[in-house]
Amino acid sequence: MSTILETVNLERTFGAVVAASNINIKISAGEILGVIGSNGAGKTTFVNMVTGYLKPSSGKILYRGEDITGKPTRDITRLGICRSFQIPQLFLELPVIDNIIIALTIAKEVKPSLLKPAITPEIVDEAMEILKRFEVAQYAESEVGVLAQGIRKLVDIAMATVNNPDLLFLDEPTSGVSAEEKIQIMDVLMAALKTTKTAVLFIEHDMEIVEKYAPRVAAFYEGTILADGPTGEVLDDPKVREFVIGTEFHRKVEENQVGGSV
Amino acid sequence: MRSQLDRTEKLLIVGLPILIALGFILPEWIVNYIQVSLGTGLVALGVMIQMRAGLVSFGQGLYFCIGGYAAGMAGKFLGISDIFLLLACGLIASVTIAFAAGFLLRRYREIFFAMLSLALSMILFGLLSKLEMLGSTDGFNLPSATYLGWAPEGDTAKHALYVATCIPTIICAFLLNRYLRSPMGYIGEALRENEIRLEYLGTSAHRAVHIKYVIAAGVSGIGGVLWALALGHVDPEMTNWTTSGQFVFISILSGTGNIVAPLFGTFILEIVRVYAVELSPNTWQMILGTLMLLTIIFLPRGLWSLIQEKKHAKKSGGEK
Repeated sequence: MSTILETVNLERTFGAVVAASNINIKISAGEILGVIGSNGAGKTTFVNMVTGYLKPSSGKILYRGEDITGKPTRDITRLGICRSFQIPQLFLELPVIDNIIIALTIAKEVKPSLLKPAITPEIVDEAMEILKRFEVAQYAESEVGVLAQGIRKLVDIAMATVNNPDLLFLDEPTSGVSAEEKIQIMDVLMAALKTTKTAVLFIEHDMEIVEKYAPRVAAFYEGTILADGPTGEVLDDPKVREFVIGTEFHRKVEENQVGGSV
Repeated sequence: MRSQLDRTEKLLIVGLPILIALGFILPEWIVNYIQVSLGTGLVALGVMIQMRAGLVSFGQGLYFCIGGYAAGMAGKFLGISDIFLLLACGLIASVTIAFAAGFLLRRYREIFFAMLSLALSMILFGLLSKLEMLGSTDGFNLPSATYLGWAPEGDTAKHALYVATCIPTIICAFLLNRYLRSPMGYIGEALRENEIRLEYLGTSAHRAVHIKYVIAAGVSGIGGVLWALALGHVDPEMTNWTTSGQFVFISILSGTGNIVAPLFGTFILEIVRVYAVELSPNTWQMILGTLMLLTIIFLPRGLWSLIQEKKHAKKSGGEK
């Protein structure tokens, strides 16, 4: 698989605080990569830098060989790198379908029209298709502000996928939702993304989710990448166990394994 | 082919001949109020489209004044009296200045946007008040409008100006409605709610604000020209903060739900003001203040929300 994103010695500092340092990562087309790490490990800073929200203090971001370091967010989105947010960034007072229609109209027109109507039967159909794919079509007419967090998360991700990105960053797609909903949400979004060739990088704190959905994992610790490789190997790495996931997760996995063998 | 006209656009198309006919039927004093209201209504429309993006301009009088003064100066110094040229002067002047000022204003939101817009309008107020060449605080008069060489007089001139006010107003309202329905209009709505998301969808929030600001200035400039021609006079009060405040008042009173609302709202405010002055010549402002207070408490989405609620009630009644 060809590499679509490569970061070279990426660093970001805030005064004396080093939020991210020496980040070297490669993502291939269609790959699914889980990113783990405790709060403040530099995961979101990394996503913010790649998507243009934060300018790196040093280092390079190469997208399909092109240097995109320091480009504005909107230009990076147009190149095919999109993201969803830990706290869904939606237009809360508007219905779900209007959120998708706005995303679609922006995706379709680089310089949006001033006089042509935005809402056409074709665009409504397209928006409904997207909502169906993410299994939230029944909420199309509901105002986003009144919906549950899990639904908002799916709408947020659906909006990020309207222009069929090559690379999608999902910042904690299951945070703030109940344990039962987590798997449900991940199943829905992975099924929706399966139809595309989008590479997905998702930040996640729940190791069960990471194990289930990510064949490769990068573990962040204090602004650097502690380990990067196949999920099993990274989660078994003693340093990752000590500094990132703790022993709790492994005890749980071992208990499950014992329980399962009885 | 499917009609792309929405109900508001159909209403505007049907409303234009009716509005023109009213000018020949209604008493002269009401026609005068309608004419003045159409001019200021356009400025209120400019305020309204910005409000829909969460931007409150406390200085929209700036472009109202620029439009009026541009037309006045074209008449005074260049001897132009043709209404089409005067409208073009007002439009070009207001759009040019708004385009330049927009680079500054597009970076600010909420109270900072409101205060900066106010500051710009008050700079012009100070400047015009001191410029003797332009009549200082007294302002100056405009020539009577001509129409491609036709110079009507007496009642014909009044009717011609009334018709010439109605047509650009309805055209502007129609185009603004189109704008609000367009992708750029939708981006404006989204702007009010979440700029970060807009940037992440691939568009510039600053650019959207800039475009909106220039469009609002353009219609306000046209409103200024029409208002100045209706009164035959311009003075620095057009850009005073009290005038700008009045446009915000109209937008709150009428609501931002429909493009037609500020046009009605302006007329209602004019009529209320007439009766308030008659009822209580020294404290009429108190009546307007009370009206504002009651609107905010009981109709936070303005008078137009009464029509919207009625429509919703009818719709849900029909669904049952």
